[in-house]
Amino acid sequence: METTASHSPAGVHDVHPDLPFVRKYVFSTDHKVIGIQYMITSMLFLLSGFTMMLLMRWQIAYPGTPIPFIGKFLPETMAPGGVMLPEFYNQLGAMHGTIMVFLGVVPLGVAAFGNYVLPLQIGAKDMAFPFLNMLSYWVFLIGGVLMLSSFAMPGGAAQSGWTSYVPLADLAPPGQTMWLIAMTFIITSSLFGAINFIVTTLNLRAKGMTWMRLPFFVWCQFVTAVLLVLAFPVLQGGALLQLMDRVAHANFFIPANLIFGGAPVERPGGGNPLLWQHLFWFLAHPEVYVLLLPEFGIVAEIIANGTRKPLFGYKELVISACGIGVLSFVVWAHHMFLSGMRTDVTKFFTITTMIISIPSVMVLTCFLLSLRGGSIHFNLPMLFALAFLPLFGIGGLTGLPLGFTPTDIYLHDTYYVIGHFHYVVVTGSLIALFGGLYFWFPKMFGRHMNQRLGKIHFWISVTAMNGIFFPMLIQGMSGVLRRQFDPTAQIHNHPTLILNKVMTISALILALGQIVFIVNFFYSLFKGKEAQSNPWNATTLDWAACPSPPPHGNFTQDIAVHRGPYEYSVPNHKTDWSPQHVPDQQLVKS
Amino acid sequence: MTPLTPDKIYGWGVPFAASSYAAKLDRQLNIFHAAMILIFVCWAVYMAYCLIRYRAKPGVPAEYGHLSVVTSLIPDGIILAFEMFMIFAIGLPSWAHVMENFPVEKEANVVHVIAQQFAWNIHYPGPDGVFGRTSIKLISSGNPIGLDDSDPAAKDDIVSINQFHVPVNKPTLVYLSSLDVIHSFNVPAFRTKQDATPGMQVRIWFEPIQLGTFEIACAQLCGLGHYRMRGDVIVHTQDEFDAWIKKKLAEKSES
Repeated sequence: METTASHSPAGVHDVHPDLPFVRKYVFSTDHKVIGIQYMITSMLFLLSGFTMMLLMRWQIAYPGTPIPFIGKFLPETMAPGGVMLPEFYNQLGAMHGTIMVFLGVVPLGVAAFGNYVLPLQIGAKDMAFPFLNMLSYWVFLIGGVLMLSSFAMPGGAAQSGWTSYVPLADLAPPGQTMWLIAMTFIITSSLFGAINFIVTTLNLRAKGMTWMRLPFFVWCQFVTAVLLVLAFPVLQGGALLQLMDRVAHANFFIPANLIFGGAPVERPGGGNPLLWQHLFWFLAHPEVYVLLLPEFGIVAEIIANGTRKPLFGYKELVISACGIGVLSFVVWAHHMFLSGMRTDVTKFFTITTMIISIPSVMVLTCFLLSLRGGSIHFNLPMLFALAFLPLFGIGGLTGLPLGFTPTDIYLHDTYYVIGHFHYVVVTGSLIALFGGLYFWFPKMFGRHMNQRLGKIHFWISVTAMNGIFFPMLIQGMSGVLRRQFDPTAQIHNHPTLILNKVMTISALILALGQIVFIVNFFYSLFKGKEAQSNPWNATTLDWAACPSPPPHGNFTQDIAVHRGPYEYSVPNHKTDWSPQHVPDQQLVKS
Repeated sequence: MTPLTPDKIYGWGVPFAASSYAAKLDRQLNIFHAAMILIFVCWAVYMAYCLIRYRAKPGVPAEYGHLSVVTSLIPDGIILAFEMFMIFAIGLPSWAHVMENFPVEKEANVVHVIAQQFAWNIHYPGPDGVFGRTSIKLISSGNPIGLDDSDPAAKDDIVSINQFHVPVNKPTLVYLSSLDVIHSFNVPAFRTKQDATPGMQVRIWFEPIQLGTFEIACAQLCGLGHYRMRGDVIVHTQDEFDAWIKKKLAEKSES
């Protein structure tokens, strides 16, 4: 296959001998299979991270009470008699964060949807490096399995927060070493994937697919890949330094004269704990946009399709996405306003932080203005895309008093922060990802997901998510701090304790809603209504130019692109969608 | 002025504003929340209008054209202007007031706070105003900060665990450090928060304006006892505070 040549004829008459099952579905180099592998795996990780959160929420709402059902099965080292230990709570907290970010939302948004959709949208037969793509998935899987299995380490899994601040993490039980090793695998996998996305977008676009004709989703994935390539190596380095601190007593992060567990730490010192925070957040802030940009892309695709009109301000959106990408590298220390770093430095970061809110506002404004003058169809993906707009708005707005240094003094490390980023990542990113799943499911599996079950899933999820995250903002205002095993231990937590029960019950309802989704997913996989190749009457190549599901090599004819990605309701055209690859003369009304 | 009880300090909103800068920071938070609600309502109303007005109707196609891009930049520009106003007119001066402009040591109650898993050690210099030498080699259960009794300056030093006594209406200047891992000194009622990082000593200050007992919490995950790492700031009148110092000195000389 001439996968590396630019503008090669798309998959015509490539002879694919029938591959054995293992090569076709397990060790496959086909971007579509790898995308689906990533999708299933990351959804399983999302489920495991969510289950951990349910256990934690039980402890927060009903401290000291045995965990129902599951408590019986937990070992003595985690929850004797079903009552959670603080060590176990801290392990769950660290693992919930790590799994949701690095093994759940990012792989689902970037690796699953990116892998599946990006080559289709640019008219490529596959990724530029199919073998690297396969390697990326398997390295990711090893990292994820190591991460989960670290609960079996002596002393349990990592328990110093997903941020792994030193010296706590340096001196923590061996689970932390496993966290670092697992992270190294996950980061390596991300780098393989990101390089692949960049090269594919640069080199494998179909004839006529100019940069300004790329669907916004592709732009978002491209910027995301650049962020990953530039930011992740820094954490990779940081993780190796921490690993050296732990296994070779290297003292990169350990200062002199430390007492731990009542005895002096026998290390010469010379290390700096703030260095870790800089290295960590240099990745982890761009990572926030990695959590978000692909979802912007998904929402853009769905909104253009659901309103049947061109997206508002395509160029403005592209500029905003690139602007977010550049600015995301100069805001990292806003996580460290109160760390004790020089107070002058905070001024720079508070200004950049306020400025980076603007491209996000621009994206949201463009999406809102896209609704104007449309013919809005309230189909299932569109419900999720529309819910994204106000709910992500809450997430973005609550970031303002956190990025603003004087108000951050009070709100820093409170539940306000937790509420803020869960509004961004859950009611923002995750809602968009669900929308994307309902949207591209017919393309992936050739069948529609059930509408009725989908709507039940939508309404339960959106309601329950607000029932979890809005009370967090209220608790944060009253000063409740994050990462507290037992909130009753502090007096200032008492007035709002009742909200913990509201949140825990909402979380259980959210769990019920996800059962509906899981049932729908498997039911539709086998029994769903069969889908046409372009059931949403969409314009982009992934829908208009290939069957559902696409065959190996994706396209059955040569692709030449004639117009931008969102040509809906073009005057004088026969249909209200004008596919990118169909020449004008076939579309114009005679 | 009577001491406040916990039910008067902590409620559903922000706690009682018990320090000199608390009310100012609360006001900024209120400005933000007012602006956030305004922006959100504008978005939501516009969105609801569009969803109703432009819902799909048979025979009515979508409009191909759009408003000019400039229109969309107006709300973005307003938000940018608001943010820049907040930073330069309000943010930087208040940040400087709280985090950079410290009270003069002679006019303040100067204290070392040394955090450890899972307690706050408060070290007062005593009447001589000079902190005695400390060494980690001397740390024991009876001497949590390793105060060196052979140092003359240490003779009148007072060490208190989790009980932070301060006078009202006088600034307290804290030199904050940590013995083991990162902690964060948080007094919600004062709106004070600062990480205590091992290997570093950072200054913070607050001036209580209300008598009472205000909780100190640890805001940075510091291990399995993080949730129960708490203490109290006990705000006295100056006379009561002096009496307390005297009492502690008497206890020290007895033992």
